[in-house]
Amino acid sequence: MVQEKRPFWAVMAGLNSVSRKTTAATSDTDWGDMLRRVAQTQDSEAFAALFAHFGPRVKGYLMKSGADAASAEECAQDVMVTVWRKADQFNPARASAATWIFTIARNRRIDMLRRDKRPEPEDLPWGPEAEPDQEDAMALQQESEQLAAALQELPEAQRSMIERAYFNDLSHSEIADATGLPLGTIKSRIRLALERLRHSLN
Amino acid sequence: MITHHLNDKLLMAYSAGSLPEAFNLVVATHISICDECRARLASFDAIGGALLDQDDSAEMGAQSLSTVMARIKTAGPVAKEKPQTRDAVLPAPLVAAIGGGLDKVQWRAVGGGVRQAILKTSDKATARLLHIPGGVAVPDHGHQGLELTLVLQGAFRDEDGRFGRGDIEIASEEVEHTPVAEPGMDCICLAATDAPLKFRSILPRLAQPFLRI
Repeated sequence: MVQEKRPFWAVMAGLNSVSRKTTAATSDTDWGDMLRRVAQTQDSEAFAALFAHFGPRVKGYLMKSGADAASAEECAQDVMVTVWRKADQFNPARASAATWIFTIARNRRIDMLRRDKRPEPEDLPWGPEAEPDQEDAMALQQESEQLAAALQELPEAQRSMIERAYFNDLSHSEIADATGLPLGTIKSRIRLALERLRHSLN
Repeated sequence: MITHHLNDKLLMAYSAGSLPEAFNLVVATHISICDECRARLASFDAIGGALLDQDDSAEMGAQSLSTVMARIKTAGPVAKEKPQTRDAVLPAPLVAAIGGGLDKVQWRAVGGGVRQAILKTSDKATARLLHIPGGVAVPDHGHQGLELTLVLQGAFRDEDGRFGRGDIEIASEEVEHTPVAEPGMDCICLAATDAPLKFRSILPRLAQPFLRI
């Protein structure tokens, strides 16, 4: 982390004077590990780094969805408060940090824009996991990066359809069935975890 | 063994958060009992994560982080989430929508031994529980919009095959079908549609405004 030797308050003060590109750590920062630090030791520096990276992204997501800048700012703050408070629920073997924060932001967006209620599926009895499996977490991280790269390389029309689906409430009938994205790898990984869980319950 | 699953459109729209409430309820209920679609949903959520991560063009306000830190420091402990309940037939999202288990469902007879209970959702689409005695046919109907039918108990058959517990039938405008509950156990389904069903015989069509089906 670039901020490691600076006191926390100095990092905060610097956030707006230094361009985000230099404050926001390097591209291979392990955001899952930052979340773990927040969960385990209430690490304010790790949180400041998460905030610098994800705060603007969450705000941008809300603005693209139709929120004005002030509401988007307020809701992005709410999302980041939730990130701190629920950091202990993050499991790097089941989702990337970006995916986990996306689900929090999506739920806040539904409230903010008064979209239709979205009940969650039943929780699974995962139980207290001592330590998420490191190999699973690393593999999932890689697969998430591959997905992000594949998204960048999609033909414009395809990519635009997907963006509109996530940002602009494209209706289910307007969504194309094939995404052109390598979704199978992440699906298979989660499927294996579910099989292990079902097995352990029997 | 579930053989009829959600399609990509519905999973993506559920992940994005853009479905009508009635469809969200069906999707959440199906995923509650279908590991395959739960895993597929995780991959659609990952698209959301990748999209979120791509664009950092917005700027947070100057005092944003200190405001957030102050809120974190003064916030009380994280409220315990209400424990979810389910019963042998109804997964947790449905129990929450009904406000109780199968014994709390307020059934209304709609003729032919079929009973239904309309669930409270936004008016963009309707969700209802259907109780069809074994061996009974649901009136032949076509569709104007999209209809999702998720089997919770028993099974039905129609032109598209057999649908047992957990199976979901996705019927669009082109489909005209005649579901028949299998003999034996009564069939209980959760159905949602974004358009009124049109029955082909005159009597149900007259009754339609009163039945809200």
